[in-house]
Amino acid sequence: MTEAEAGRTDRRSASPGGGGIRFEDVTVAYNGTVVLDSFSLEVAPGEVVALLGPSGSGKTTALRAVAGFVRPASGRVYAGGRDVTDLPPYKRGLGMVVQQYALFPHMRVEQNVAFGLKAQKVAKAQIPGRVAEALRMTGMSPFAQRYPRELSGGQQQRVAIARALAIQPSVLLLDEPLSALDAQLRSGMLAELARLHRELPDVSILYVTHDQIEALTLADRIAVMNDARLVEVGTARELYKRPGTEFAAGFVGNSNLLPVTVAECAPHADGSFRAAVRIGTQSQPVAATSAEAVAAGEARTLCLRPHLLELAAAEHHDNAFQARVTEVQWRGSSHRVFAEVHGHEVRLDANELRNPPGIGETVWFHFSAQDAVLIPGSGAALAEGGAR
Amino acid sequence: MLLYTRRAQRIAWAVFGFFFLLLFVLPFGILVLAAFTRQWNGAFPSSYTFSNITAAFHKDPLDGLETSLITAFVSSVIALAVGTWAALALDAMRNRGGKALIQTVFMLPIAVPSVVVGLALLVAFSQGPVLLNGTSTIVVMAHCILVTAYAFQQLSAAITRLDPAYEQAAASLGARPYYSLLRVKLPLLLPALTGSLALCFALSMGELGATAMVYTSHWTTLPLRIYALDDRGHQFVAAAVTAVMMTITLAVLLAISKIRTRANFR
Ligand SMILES: Nc1ncnc2c1ncn2[C@@H]1O[C@H](COP(=O)(O)OP(=O)(O)OP(=O)(O)O)[C@@H](O)[C@H]1O
Ligand SMILES: [Mg+2]
Repeated sequence: MTEAEAGRTDRRSASPGGGGIRFEDVTVAYNGTVVLDSFSLEVAPGEVVALLGPSGSGKTTALRAVAGFVRPASGRVYAGGRDVTDLPPYKRGLGMVVQQYALFPHMRVEQNVAFGLKAQKVAKAQIPGRVAEALRMTGMSPFAQRYPRELSGGQQQRVAIARALAIQPSVLLLDEPLSALDAQLRSGMLAELARLHRELPDVSILYVTHDQIEALTLADRIAVMNDARLVEVGTARELYKRPGTEFAAGFVGNSNLLPVTVAECAPHADGSFRAAVRIGTQSQPVAATSAEAVAAGEARTLCLRPHLLELAAAEHHDNAFQARVTEVQWRGSSHRVFAEVHGHEVRLDANELRNPPGIGETVWFHFSAQDAVLIPGSGAALAEGGAR
Repeated sequence: MLLYTRRAQRIAWAVFGFFFLLLFVLPFGILVLAAFTRQWNGAFPSSYTFSNITAAFHKDPLDGLETSLITAFVSSVIALAVGTWAALALDAMRNRGGKALIQTVFMLPIAVPSVVVGLALLVAFSQGPVLLNGTSTIVVMAHCILVTAYAFQQLSAAITRLDPAYEQAAASLGARPYYSLLRVKLPLLLPALTGSLALCFALSMGELGATAMVYTSHWTTLPLRIYALDDRGHQFVAAAVTAVMMTITLAVLLAISKIRTRANFR
């Protein structure tokens, strides 16, 4: 038995069920600079996890560690149900699509898709069927005879996916696959990827992106990275509704981050805690949700989503704070209001207002306690950056 | 075109035309003319003849053509194989010092006068244990050493420009290094391969310096024979032999340039 055959047999026995990806304390350094720091993450079989983070945060590096193009200085990488840390890339059997697609320019679409099957010495009789199937799934059947240079960007992207799918991997690695496409095509392809995953429910997908919309749309869970580290991981909903770090709050969705002081804290019916907090030197405390008990007098950051703030008359709401309007933008169907509260900028997004406030006017911003989340740390540094 | 105005373009063409005439048309034109000349006293030949060409195809010089073609073919194919192999190996090397060393070793033969290369071979192989003095092998060796440097240079440059994403895509699809070399890397390098084959062939056809040191009477390349003819006062026959050689070399280069795949149209 050749090594390739051995690889295939044990891949088949590993899935379904044994697939997925697992990083265990993976550290990667280039010339002594750590670009992935003790990274641990698990992608369950059939799960889509998005690696989300700013440029240079180490997302591609994490993906390359799974694919085998960088060697971790320490830690283990598991993929498709086995330890692949010491395997060369060609023995890992993972599908991978990179930003620039890297389609072989001297091969027709069909030959590109068949490449992996031929390289792995799949029985000749099976190849045409599997190529046709991969092309069908990506809608590229009519273009089988074209060369990559004769395709549009979106079509090349589909071929790259078809080529990766043809080898029937249990793990698919996608590195910003949509970044080379224009906005309109991108949203179309996003829906396409979601459909593909419904068609292949057993395939685990690790999806690298710095676009939060892509991550929220596609991923079961999102892993937020910053500065070579995993900052926070959770379902899209958790991260959006209950961010645990300022960084995640600012990176997943828009947010206003305000430094607050806790006045009091009590357990709530749903298992979380309700805290009364003061924004700056404000006399009237407001209510917010906290995942943990906090002692009175502690400093926290209050995360408020701009679209969950409302303009209100003070006398009608107990949960409101006062702010001075600095800018009002009319955006057709909506209004965006910027205001200042104790030296921090706060943004409010609302449906078109009948009577928008004037600049310099003092208004009340109301929110419901369950939409306001307390985060450890003082948000002074991020308060403005997060609102952009 | 970098020049936009008509005037600038016309001037550029005029300058180009002048140098083209001076450096290409004049010497090669006169050479071709001389190939058909019986006597040349004034500005132009006074009488024309085909006898030089016939003489060029006479047994003796024609042998030289065969010798030259075989030498050039064998040495450029070996040079391409060795040069490509070395360039690929160099690309895979991690050790910087080792890289620099290999690069220098391959550049050495073209950094010194080619006569020196011939001399070195002569000294190295005129006495045991390996005795090659007076064989065709030593001539081919000299050519190999010289043209491999060019093949190596060209391939090195092309390999550096090759996007590693292709090789990585191939590896992620399960292609072993050897398979991806054959099916991905070499096809993508084809333009550089044919280009450097042509260069090596042309250089070998025209090689004189090193060959002059190592040739033997039964393995005398055309440039040497042309030199000898000229030396003995048969300028017009020399010109005729040169014209024939030029034509054949050009034909071979043209044939090599026809080897191409889709990779050329990337
Ligand atoms: N081959 C390399 N040699 C040295 N440093 C590298 C190399 N590749 C990446 N880096 C560095 O590692 C860090 C992480 O890079 P990585 O490509 O993983 O970022 P990323 O999160 O994918 O960013 P982006 O969103 O811009 O693609 C960066 O600071 C980068 O400069
Ligand atoms: Mg990247």
